[in-house]
Amino acid sequence: MSQKHRLKDKGYINRNKIINFKFNGKSYTGYEGDTLASALLSNGIHLVGRSFKYHRPRGFFAAGVDEPNAKLQVQLNGHSEPNVNATEIELVEGISATSQNCWPSVNFDIGAINNFLHKFFPAGFYYKTFMWPKSFWYKIYEPFIRKAAGLGVASVEKDKERYDHKFEYCDLLVTGSGPAGLASAYAAAKSGAKVILAEDKHRFGGSLLMDDVSIDNLSGKDWADKIISELKEMPNVTVKNRSQVFGYYDHNMLVMFERVGDHLEKKSEFTPRQRLWYIRCKEVILSTGSIERPIVFGNNDTPGVMLASGAKEYMKVYGVLVGKKPIIFTNNDSAYETAIEFKNNGADPLILDTRKEHMSELVNEAKNKGIEIKFNHAVIRANGYKKVKSADIGELSEDKTEYKNIKKAECDCICVSGFWTPSVHLASQSGNKLKFDNQIDAFVPDKSKQNEFTVGSANGDFTLQNTLNKGFKAGKDISKKINNKEIDIQIPNATEKKHNIHDKFWCAPLPKKIQAKRFVDFQNDVSVTDIEIALREGYRSIEHVKRYTTLGMATDQGRTSNLNGLQLVSNIENKIVPEVGHTTFRPPFTPVTIGTIVGREIGKHFMPTRLTPMHEWHVKNNAVFVDAGAWKRPRYYKIGNETMLQAANREAKNVREKVGICDVTTLGKIDVKGPDAAEFLNRVYTNAWMKLPIGKARYGVMLREDGMVMDDGTTTRISENHYHMTTTTAQAANVLSHLEYYLQIIWPDLNVNVVSTTEQWAGAALAGPKSRDVLEKLFPKSNVSNEALPFMGYQEADLFGVPARIFRISFSGELAYEINVQSDYGMFMWEKMIEIGSEFGIQPYGTEALSTLRIEMGHVAGPELDGRTIPQDVSLDGMVSKKKDFIGKRSLSKLAFNQSDRQKIVGLIPTDRKTSIPEGSHLVIDKNAKLPNPKLGHVSSSCWSVENNNPFSLAILKDGKNMIGKKLFAVSPLKNISIEVEVISSHYVDHEGKRVRS
Amino acid sequence: MRSQNEFSYGGDASVKRPELNQEVSDKEWDNFVYNRKSLRGKHLELWHHVSGCRQWFKVQRDTTTHEIFKTAKMNEEI
Repeated sequence: MSQKHRLKDKGYINRNKIINFKFNGKSYTGYEGDTLASALLSNGIHLVGRSFKYHRPRGFFAAGVDEPNAKLQVQLNGHSEPNVNATEIELVEGISATSQNCWPSVNFDIGAINNFLHKFFPAGFYYKTFMWPKSFWYKIYEPFIRKAAGLGVASVEKDKERYDHKFEYCDLLVTGSGPAGLASAYAAAKSGAKVILAEDKHRFGGSLLMDDVSIDNLSGKDWADKIISELKEMPNVTVKNRSQVFGYYDHNMLVMFERVGDHLEKKSEFTPRQRLWYIRCKEVILSTGSIERPIVFGNNDTPGVMLASGAKEYMKVYGVLVGKKPIIFTNNDSAYETAIEFKNNGADPLILDTRKEHMSELVNEAKNKGIEIKFNHAVIRANGYKKVKSADIGELSEDKTEYKNIKKAECDCICVSGFWTPSVHLASQSGNKLKFDNQIDAFVPDKSKQNEFTVGSANGDFTLQNTLNKGFKAGKDISKKINNKEIDIQIPNATEKKHNIHDKFWCAPLPKKIQAKRFVDFQNDVSVTDIEIALREGYRSIEHVKRYTTLGMATDQGRTSNLNGLQLVSNIENKIVPEVGHTTFRPPFTPVTIGTIVGREIGKHFMPTRLTPMHEWHVKNNAVFVDAGAWKRPRYYKIGNETMLQAANREAKNVREKVGICDVTTLGKIDVKGPDAAEFLNRVYTNAWMKLPIGKARYGVMLREDGMVMDDGTTTRISENHYHMTTTTAQAANVLSHLEYYLQIIWPDLNVNVVSTTEQWAGAALAGPKSRDVLEKLFPKSNVSNEALPFMGYQEADLFGVPARIFRISFSGELAYEINVQSDYGMFMWEKMIEIGSEFGIQPYGTEALSTLRIEMGHVAGPELDGRTIPQDVSLDGMVSKKKDFIGKRSLSKLAFNQSDRQKIVGLIPTDRKTSIPEGSHLVIDKNAKLPNPKLGHVSSSCWSVENNNPFSLAILKDGKNMIGKKLFAVSPLKNISIEVEVISSHYVDHEGKRVRS
Repeated sequence: MRSQNEFSYGGDASVKRPELNQEVSDKEWDNFVYNRKSLRGKHLELWHHVSGCRQWFKVQRDTTTHEIFKTAKMNEEI
């Protein structure tokens, strides 16, 4: 019979809807409203995985986010996700889960041999063992560790799911819908405050679903349902279930992820799988509740050992009985409720209470129900491999460090309770320095850094009436702060059982004759011995102990282990816990999928795409594009089966011999206007600008204050107070910020304005010996002769009715022009130029040919102007004025910049005139020299010189000018080649620059 | 309130650029270009509203808590 551990009519699951699912290949059934964990437990399955290091069998330990063991690989809707918490994922039709970290199966796992070799795997094992020999690390040790210690398997398929981001603002965010959260959300909402209530589970109510309490004569659940339905009716309230607030950042910005689609059987096409919320709120109520912590004992990781609160939740919420003969091992009253629940459902519990004979309302009730209670007793060790079969139990000595007598007790599960730990993660993330509360042996929030307030058991308040009182008060206080409204709400009366104080007992001592591991951190397999070793080896800071042992570093962030780890350290070190301190809480509180964080910003939506007005033409003419920042630029235009090199050479050759046309719209363009524009340019550029006539362009170089070349380009004086500046495509945004910086901060007295006009102008470069022939036909009404429009000249002209700007500037070293028209006419201009140029053999050229042309000429660009070169390094000495001051000038006179052996620009050709030199190659004298081989420089740009028909490169070389004529090696370890090269001048073509002036 | 990602950081606002055409010693120049105090606590900074109005402005911010105390236009004192 399936689901044989299901109780008859308990729980909040929907028994009318059976759900089929698979676990490790076998089919099972559960009900709607189950988690994967509760459905498996209803089928009697406890063994779900193997532990991280020792591959020990592991079962369910909890029922919620605190679960350290049940991390499964889950297949759903065509995607496979690792490390999914079985206690958190809802059961849906068709879900399929498999155990992780085991091979060949969870029942027979070869890696379990580690368990018997555990003496060889102490704390710091990896650090100690795999350090030597060093060369083994990459090829042998690392792959082995990864394989042996892996958790789940990340999918390599493209994620087909959709993820969303949402930005939200509110007056109050309440995190958690237990009694504290409901009370404060309700009180604040009543005054009209804009409230968001977030609950990570799909059921609202938190502890009210499990605890034996009533509020205003309603059961806890009924009261929660009533408040929730009222809140849902209010227009100023957003109520969200399946939503985990996982990060608390500055300025009260919190992030939450919402599981939108995974629980839906039939999800519509546009429903996202998960949604990330950025919530900016005025106030935050942290009602995150508390998590039960275990008591440490021998073999406490055996399947069948679980938290008492987990067992109760499985019975009360899911109607699943996790054992018929449970041992309840506790140091406090709350586990008695679990025992009573077991008894009510026909099980036969045995309570072991570490406290001496003890009276309270719950103890009495348990006694009256006929439950056997052994005071002053502890579980020493659980017995059984894949499931608990019995326990060694003992009566504690006076000081509780030894046992008076030891017995064996039959059982099929052990429910453990070591009292409650407030969930202070979000409070701590907000900057709240926590304080240690001796009464409850745990950290609680202290002074707030931001507008947050913690209520309920998250604040160490474990009684319901107090929680309600404080929750309602907090909600009222906040509404007063926000709306200045006093509201009158009756605080409800709670009935609850009185709990007595807990016993400060957190770890069962292990007698010498009993061998067993006692785990503190289940997910990372950290035992008591590991922490002892770390301390013995001299680790003192809790942060160091954490990293050396990996305590609390697993995906569960040590929810069930941190405090016990601290107790252990403080015991051994003879310090009190607050002196040991706690490790840092960091977001995310629970694992979040990368998909959620990325949202829709994937593929072509990763960043905006900028297209020039001529883009469609490029597409139609087989352009292959390259990303230049956000721009798409044609790299080359492919004809037939050409390779990139063939196409680039054809295009470049056509420019050198005939005429080519290139889309240069992407160049940065900045309008500089104002009476002080010339003075400003004179300060920004290294060369002189005061005497540039109207209608003339000038090449300029600008530096950073540290003397490094920042950018270069031409600037043209359009009219008296109007200059048109161009920048490189890559630096356009930086240059504008740079200019604004100086105008707004350093020289606010200059009357100049700057604005980007990059997108307002479409640009086409026309280059080659026949470019003037094309130009004459393009502008029949204008005189574009060498006299009327000389090199560095500028004219405004009429392009068949469209106003155009002609600049006679050259990037290719050929006779060349750049024509600008308003962007909307870009395509018109381009098509006209192609049409008119066809008789002269015009061809478009892309960025590859553009680079070839500029490299041949020795023009520097991005690869040379890499932020490490001053003008003297890249043959721009002539551009630096000696007479005037400018940005960065003072740096140029620094000693280091005037050493003769600085790296300077040179040209390189391979001595065989055939082998292309990879960019990034290092230049060395002797390719076979012993390592480290002294590096003299590097290859910055490479091309195939179409003029000389052999490879040519630019390089930055130590003492470059004096190296000309020498032979060196260009070595590229990446491509595993070394090429003998000859150092030559960086100007490989047209040394005197005659062509541009022809 | 504007989102932080509209702004970009522009360094220490207390640094003064030496005047143009003045003799500047190596030490003064190094202090202007390179040497910065990495303060813990209140810090006067420059920020640029780069995806917005394009104004540079001053911000007094705590470098440990990110608390912002004051902001001012470039021609105002903090």
